[in-house]
Amino acid sequence: MKVTIIDYGAGNLGSVTRAFESLGTEVILGRDPVSLAGADALVLPGVGAFAEAMMFLDRGGWLGPLREAVLERRVPVLGICLGMQLMATRGEEGGNTPGLNWLDGGVVRRLCPPPESGARLPHIGWNDLIDRGEHPIFAGIPAGATFYFAHSYHVDALPEDRVLCRSSHGVSFAAAVARDHILGVQFHPEKSYVNGLRLLRNFLEFAGRRTYA
Amino acid sequence: MHKTRVIPVLLLGARGLEKGVGFRNRVYVGCPRNAARVFNAHRVDELVLVDIVATPNCRPTRVDYVQEIARETTMPFAAGGGVRSLDDMRRLLEAGADRVVLNTAAVENPCLIESGASRFGSQCMLVSIDALRHPDGRYEVFTACGTRPAGIDPVEAARIAEAAGAGELLVTAIHRDGTMSGYDVDLVRRVVDAVNIPVIAGGGAGSVEHIAEVVLRGGAAAAACGAFVVFYGKRRTVLITYPSVRDLRAVLPEERVRNRDLVPPPDMTAARL
Repeated sequence: MKVTIIDYGAGNLGSVTRAFESLGTEVILGRDPVSLAGADALVLPGVGAFAEAMMFLDRGGWLGPLREAVLERRVPVLGICLGMQLMATRGEEGGNTPGLNWLDGGVVRRLCPPPESGARLPHIGWNDLIDRGEHPIFAGIPAGATFYFAHSYHVDALPEDRVLCRSSHGVSFAAAVARDHILGVQFHPEKSYVNGLRLLRNFLEFAGRRTYA
Repeated sequence: MHKTRVIPVLLLGARGLEKGVGFRNRVYVGCPRNAARVFNAHRVDELVLVDIVATPNCRPTRVDYVQEIARETTMPFAAGGGVRSLDDMRRLLEAGADRVVLNTAAVENPCLIESGASRFGSQCMLVSIDALRHPDGRYEVFTACGTRPAGIDPVEAARIAEAAGAGELLVTAIHRDGTMSGYDVDLVRRVVDAVNIPVIAGGGAGSVEHIAEVVLRGGAAAAACGAFVVFYGKRRTVLITYPSVRDLRAVLPEERVRNRDLVPPPDMTAARL
């Protein structure tokens, strides 16, 4: 199993790369859309803003090859943080921008915690996963395990059956999403020590199964 | 529930890691790489590394240290010291830092925060404000590792940083630094009340009770610790420690303490993929 990390110019891929390498996985840095051709599994990372990242994907010629790989060849993909948000139908960060639209819905909006909650943005730090459903990606991860988040926006208005679990920062939001072979996490598994590594390993096992619920 | 972070702050001096009192009389406390490894093994909430001799020597952060630490650890990790341009930020992020710490440049040139936030996201901009309480009770911001009076109040500096796009503030009381006598809770409270972004309290940590006080009474989202996590005992023997989950739960509401002891069960069958 080789994993291709999509390097479209928006973010720091070192920690994601090292996390997969520490699992003994061969990592390919996809710097060119051609690299998607033989990919077994894809990781879509990202930090920064939604509109800018979509522009990078568009300019780099990624949109067509990504659609072909993910929607037609059904290559399993994991979106991390902004990478998960890009899978939504549209985003409101940096102007209304169409997203990759892989989740059949979802609008990326700024979190809006009520003032009395005292929750501040950005949501930076460790938080619980709540309403965690059964999914192979959570195999072996103890209930109560916390993950590292760093974001102000979230994927809103998704059909409930696309949401694998939620988290709460004054207001509840989707922390992990899935549609068959398409997975996304709002938190950073590569920064969440052993439980994060376990989740990445689970993703690789899930990707290797070739049949998806 | 969002957890309260306890953040070791490591100061990179000319000889390696150093720690002083009131930003002065620094002593050598060890090798940055080893310290970072130990903190990573403690599964700390986050780590901050600041090159404190970069600005006084007019040069950028020593990126090789950042790279070495990032290569060997997986903890969330902010780095800075001497950052003066977008290029300096990019170099730190490429070396493996998750966030950039701005101090002198944030006060002298808030536009840098703005361009950094639009390029790398505001969650990436950690603005550090060092403040000294004068004998008359007035607070003043100091830059260049506490050597240069900036002539402005920390509350004003905090508001400017927030408006420019800072994602978080690290507010350090110079007069408490290294004393282990407790945070300047009033200073932290004043800044917390003046902005809407999260605030990390710094300067003075000496016990978990101090951490609880600045979080519960000061409104801090996180507590930075220096001497408290590198010195042990009255004689300040160098020893790297980190408060345990149990000790933190004794002073903070349980739901605000991250249970970092929860790990997946060992599973030998799938160890290799």
